[in-house]
Amino acid sequence: MSFHPEIFLQQIVNGLVLGSIYALVALGYTMVYGILGLINFAHGEVVMIGALTALSVILALHGAAPDLPAALYILAGTLVAIPVTMTLGYTIERVAYRPLRNAPRLAPLITAIGVSIVLQNVALLVWGRSYHPWPPILPTTPHTFLGANITDLQIFIVAGAAAIMAGLTLLVNKTKLGRAMRATAENPAVAGLMGVNVNVIISITFVIGAALGAVAGVMVSANYQIAHYYMGFILGLKAFTAAVLGGIGNLAGAMLGGLLLGLIESLGAGYIGDLTGGFLGSHYQDVFAFFVLILVLVFRPSGLVGERVAERA
Amino acid sequence: MSDLLEVRRLEVAYGGIRALKGVDFEVREGELVALIGANGAGKSTTLRALAALVRPAAGTIRYRGEVTHHLPSYALVRKGLALVPEGRGVFARLTVRENLEMGAYHRADRGVAADLERVFALMPRLAERSGQLAGTLSGGEQQMLAIGRALMSRPRLLLLDEPSMGLAPLMVQKVFEIVQSVAREGVTILLVEQNAKLALELSSRAYVLESGLVSASGPSAALLTDPKVREAYLGEAA
Repeated sequence: MSFHPEIFLQQIVNGLVLGSIYALVALGYTMVYGILGLINFAHGEVVMIGALTALSVILALHGAAPDLPAALYILAGTLVAIPVTMTLGYTIERVAYRPLRNAPRLAPLITAIGVSIVLQNVALLVWGRSYHPWPPILPTTPHTFLGANITDLQIFIVAGAAAIMAGLTLLVNKTKLGRAMRATAENPAVAGLMGVNVNVIISITFVIGAALGAVAGVMVSANYQIAHYYMGFILGLKAFTAAVLGGIGNLAGAMLGGLLLGLIESLGAGYIGDLTGGFLGSHYQDVFAFFVLILVLVFRPSGLVGERVAERA
Repeated sequence: MSDLLEVRRLEVAYGGIRALKGVDFEVREGELVALIGANGAGKSTTLRALAALVRPAAGTIRYRGEVTHHLPSYALVRKGLALVPEGRGVFARLTVRENLEMGAYHRADRGVAADLERVFALMPRLAERSGQLAGTLSGGEQQMLAIGRALMSRPRLLLLDEPSMGLAPLMVQKVFEIVQSVAREGVTILLVEQNAKLALELSSRAYVLESGLVSASGPSAALLTDPKVREAYLGEAA
C-alpha cells in the first residue's frame, strides 16, 4: 500500500466539511445541555425538518424560475427554514420540556425521545417516505487544490459554519444576552435574583440552537444532494457524539468535537480498507462515531475541553 | 416613617415540614433590621420567601405597599428588592466584572458605569481582580462580590443572608464595615445572621426567630442586654 498525499488531503477536506456540519448541530445539543442539563434528543429531527423545509422551498422556486443563481435558491430555502425550526425549537421546549423542569432527569430524556418520534412521523406525513433529491442547481466543477478537489459548496459550508460559530462565540462571551445565558447555565435561581427571566433565556437558547440546526440541515442535505424524513436520527447521534467528545455543555468543545469527529470519520473511512487489507470498507464510516463515543465515555467522560469546575471556593 | 416591607402571618412549608409558622415583622425605610436565631429557625427561609425563591404557603408579603408574594424573583429585583443569597451564589465561571454587570442586568439607565466605579471604590479588592473568574476568589472576596453585585441593581431593600458565614474574623469585620457603609448611603437592609452579637451591634432593631416564629423583637440595644437573648444567642450564662 502506498501513501497518496492528494488522497489524504481530499479526506481532510471532506472531513472538515462534514465536521463543520457536525459542529453546528453539536452546538444545539451543547447549548441546551449547558443551560438545562438536558439532552435534547429531538434536535436531530429539528435539523431534518430544517433540511426538508429548505429543500421544498428550493424545489418550488426552481420549478417556478429555473435559471436563478444557486446561492439565491439556497438563501431563500434557508431563510424559510430558519424561522420554521426556531418556532419548532421554541414549541418543543414550551410544550414538552418546561412542564418537566423539576421532574426527575429521566422524564425529560424519555420525553425527548418521544418528541423525536413525533417529529419523524410529522415529517413522514408531510414529505412522505421517499428520498428527495436536490435539483441540479449547484456548480459541479471543483477547484483543484494540491491535487484535492474542493467544490464551491464545500467552501461555502466550511466558511459559513466558521462565520456562524465565530458569531455565536461573540454573542455568548461579549453581549449582555450571552452573559445572562452563562449566568443562567451556572445558577438559574441566582440569575433570577439578578432580574433575568430564566424562562426567556431558556427559550432563546432553544431558538438559537434550532436556527443553527436549520443551517446545518441545509448544508448536510446540499452536501449529499438528498433529504428524507429519517436523516435526523443518525446525524443527531453523531452530533451528540461530537458534543460529548468536546465536553458537553462547552461551546468551544462542541466546535472542536464536531471538526474532530468529521476528520476521524473521513480519514477512517478513507483508510480502513487499506488498514484491514480490504476486510472492512468505507461503508463502515458510521462506526467510527460510536467507537469514538465509547472511547470518550470510558476514558474521558468530561470530554476534551470539558472540566469539572468547582462551584465555589 | 412608612413600612417598606410588611410581612404578616408568613408560612412556608418544605414538603410536609412547616419551616415558617406565621411570621410577622416589618422593615421601615432607611432601617437596618436584623433577623437572628439558631440554625433551622427559619431565617434563610424568610429571606428566600421574600425574594420569591420559595412560595409562601400562607400569609402576605407587602413591599412598597404592594402585595408581592405572587411575583417571580426577576420582577422583584426590578422593584428594588435584592437578595444576597446564603453561600453567596457568585457566578464562578464569570469574571468579577461580569458578575457585577449581571447585578445591573435589568437596568437600562446610564448610571451603570458610575455604579461600577462606586462598587470598586467601596471594595478595591474587586477592582484589582475585575478580570479574574469569580470562582478563583477567596470566600471573603466572593462575599464582597455578592454584595457588590446586589448593589449594582440599585436596591431600595437589600436582603443579606448570613454574610459572615465561613469567613475568617478579620474578613467578617471587613464585610460588616461594608454593610455599614451601604446602610449609611440610605439603603434599607434586612440582615440575617447567626452571629447574633455582630448583627445586634450593627442593627437598630431586631427580631429573634425560633422554630418558625418570632419569639422576641425590639430595639437591638435592648435585645443585647436581654438576659434570655444573651443566654440563648450570645453564649452567656444568665
